[in-house]
Amino acid sequence: MTDQGLGLILAVWLLAWGMNIWLSADGRGAVGRFLVPVLFGVTLLVLWEMAVRLYEISPVILPAPSAIWVRLISSTDVLWADFIQTIVKGAMSGYMMGCAAAFAVALAVDRSNFLQRGLLPVGNFIAALPIVGTAPILVMWYGFGWQSKAAVVVVMVFFPMLVNTVQGLKASEVMQRDLMRTYAASYWQTLFKLRLPAAMPFIFNGLKICTTLALIGAIVAEFFGSPTVGMGFRIKIEVGRLAMDMVWSSITVAALAGTGFYGLMALAEKKLTFWHPSQR
Amino acid sequence: MHHVMPVLVVVACIVAFWYAASVGMNRAWTLDQAERAGVELSAGEVIADAMNQERPVLPTPHQVFAELWNTTAGEAMFRERRGELRGNPRSLFFHAYQTLAPTLLGFLFGTGLGILLAVGIVHNRAMDMSVMPWAIASQTIPILAIAPMVIVVLNSIGVEGLLPKSLISAYLSFFPVVVGMVKGLRSPGPMDLDLLKTYSASHAATFWKLRLPASVPFLFTSLKVAIAAALVGAIVAELPTGARFGLGARLLTGSYYGQTIQIWSALFMAAICAAVLVGGLGLIERLTLKRMGMAR
Repeated sequence: MTDQGLGLILAVWLLAWGMNIWLSADGRGAVGRFLVPVLFGVTLLVLWEMAVRLYEISPVILPAPSAIWVRLISSTDVLWADFIQTIVKGAMSGYMMGCAAAFAVALAVDRSNFLQRGLLPVGNFIAALPIVGTAPILVMWYGFGWQSKAAVVVVMVFFPMLVNTVQGLKASEVMQRDLMRTYAASYWQTLFKLRLPAAMPFIFNGLKICTTLALIGAIVAEFFGSPTVGMGFRIKIEVGRLAMDMVWSSITVAALAGTGFYGLMALAEKKLTFWHPSQR
Repeated sequence: MHHVMPVLVVVACIVAFWYAASVGMNRAWTLDQAERAGVELSAGEVIADAMNQERPVLPTPHQVFAELWNTTAGEAMFRERRGELRGNPRSLFFHAYQTLAPTLLGFLFGTGLGILLAVGIVHNRAMDMSVMPWAIASQTIPILAIAPMVIVVLNSIGVEGLLPKSLISAYLSFFPVVVGMVKGLRSPGPMDLDLLKTYSASHAATFWKLRLPASVPFLFTSLKVAIAAALVGAIVAELPTGARFGLGARLLTGSYYGQTIQIWSALFMAAICAAVLVGGLGLIERLTLKRMGMAR
């Protein structure tokens, strides 16, 4: 039985992989570029489902994708409430506050050479530290509600965003800045007409990195205390009950939200920095 | 000196702000206690008390560093219990070790996997088109969501301790390595590749003699990101399962029992670990690039 099962799984995998090789060599157009990764993802799901069925893996260890889907559909109201609490209230509000604050500080840092030489090394250093660790402190200060999660997110996204924005504000070339000076452009004119547009790719880089950080921050903070709603709370509770299909449903929602959030930023980037070499 | 001064000033400002904030945040409790006891405190006494509470809202720097010192230099890392040498849970070095071991193991796994994937992606078009989009998508999944499940799954098939935590570290560290290595392996320009073609170099020779050496600076940049991520992974992996040892466990118990000084000292220990790991890699990077003649 096991040998047959293994053979079947290998056969499906080889078939799909062969098709991918054929598609990627042949269809170089948009269809191929879309189809190849989709086929790869579908193959993984099929293999997963097959492995669970053929080897009769206990649902406590690893539920099948179909079981996760059934659970996801049947508990949309709970998952929706979690989504609102964690993603919309916690992650999004923190993300906006953190990125806006970092942007404002970056403008200040950019104007002062002293701050640049002093704050940037410190900022770079702090950005590499495990900032998630501040979660218990902030939960203690701001309570169990979404406010403490937003605070954790603010702390997490601040430095990556700051470092990227400051780097971006330096992206315009000396020649270009000199040209603006010969036009007698003021600081603000130079900022809005030259330096901010030039900084856009860097700013979007920061914004994209921060999307994942925001989700991680909001979910981790819930392990340190939360109301009886939220994705971190759900995962913690359902793991205790060994309801792994519910855990995986939460994970699916988190993954979809994360991908969507990131995709939104990537789309905005594409619209706003169409002129940059990396987008052409 | 030119570079150090501004950094010192900024750090001094942060410490000063920290002291001011801790007095501001801890004052309420001091005043409350004084009122209950029916004593009038002078301003100086209030400040002194606010800076030395046992469970402050915000511990002061000297409290945190005293705790750090007492739990590292003041405690033995191992102690004898029932004839065996065991870790001393009061030593912060012991907790750091419990977190660093899976960090390093996971980092090695993740780096190995990342390099293998990158080599595959660069040499195989089908792999490039199918794996790369999913590698990117996998990073938009908050790993935290995966962490508790991985640990429970592995626990139920009898694997516990070091391995589950290091798997999460590996998951976090493989992506920066993949991205950096793909970029690095593709960094040789058309000129260089053409030159090797005129030498009629094989695919393998091109890889070992041109692509791999050219990717080293990119590799080190991503390794520094990856090891910091691996540490975060190991800390976070301790949260959902209620681990007893490790820096993450220290944060969690600290938050359960309101031990703010313990939380802050664990946080600083984590920061020191991250700085040492990243700094160590930076040192290896400098030496390697110098020997390869690529130092900038």
